[in-house]
Amino acid sequence: MIDKKHIGMKLPVYKATAEAGQLRFFAKSIGETNPVYLDESAARDAGHPGLPLPPTFLFSLEFQIPSNAWRETLGIVTSRILHGEESFDYHRMAYAGDTLQFETHIADIYDKKDGALSFVERKSRVTNQRGEHVADLRSILVHKNA
Amino acid sequence: MSTPSPTTATVGDALPPLALPPITRTTLALFAGASGDHNQIHIDLDYARKAGMPDVFAHGMLSMAYLGRLLTQWVDQRKLRSFGVRFTGITHLGHQITCTGRVVEKFEVNGEQRVKLAIETRNQYGETRIVGDAVVAL
Repeated sequence: MIDKKHIGMKLPVYKATAEAGQLRFFAKSIGETNPVYLDESAARDAGHPGLPLPPTFLFSLEFQIPSNAWRETLGIVTSRILHGEESFDYHRMAYAGDTLQFETHIADIYDKKDGALSFVERKSRVTNQRGEHVADLRSILVHKNA
Repeated sequence: MSTPSPTTATVGDALPPLALPPITRTTLALFAGASGDHNQIHIDLDYARKAGMPDVFAHGMLSMAYLGRLLTQWVDQRKLRSFGVRFTGITHLGHQITCTGRVVEKFEVNGEQRVKLAIETRNQYGETRIVGDAVVAL
């Protein structure tokens, strides 16, 4: 079981920049056809300052956190995890070239099925290089303990 | 763009569905690279078998990205206020995902008209794989 003493643990604050090339690759990998996500001039024609980050891309930036030490601290074994839930609350758009700061903490840890499964809830507050609140992310990871 | 305007949306309305081609190993390899999620369970058959799975399977976030496409083909992303899902079943290789959504509630927040959408993905057998909801401004 994952020890509940880790509730409230803060992960190191980190920053990641969304690159236009990475956004186009992501759009291609999900079969995106809307030119707003593929072509910078189409994005500008639609009134965007650049290529927008598609709705789930903040998760990809969050995933690039340089150290997975927090997982080791909690005793998480990668081969035993499943993604349970994911949600985004959006406050403003983010675009290619923006540097986004992720402030993440472990919001909750609980068990189900007599301890066979542990649930780890993670929350992240995302701000841009101007300090503006971009979004809040919430992830639930399910750990198979046996 | 031929996207229908959601401004007149009412409860019960369905979004134009999004049907995807079958999931292949190439789909997963590309998505692993593009999304930054390199978890081997999605790209390495040997690793997947050691973890007790018959084969690699799709990233949950791939299906969520497909649901994102369902939303942004219907409404400008600048109108998206929230988007959340529960991953209820595994999407395996060969699964053909269809994303659907419908308006379940209409309400107002700080003078802004919004609708809540129930969204989901199903495979070709009609099995629900992801369920969730989204809130968009009209």
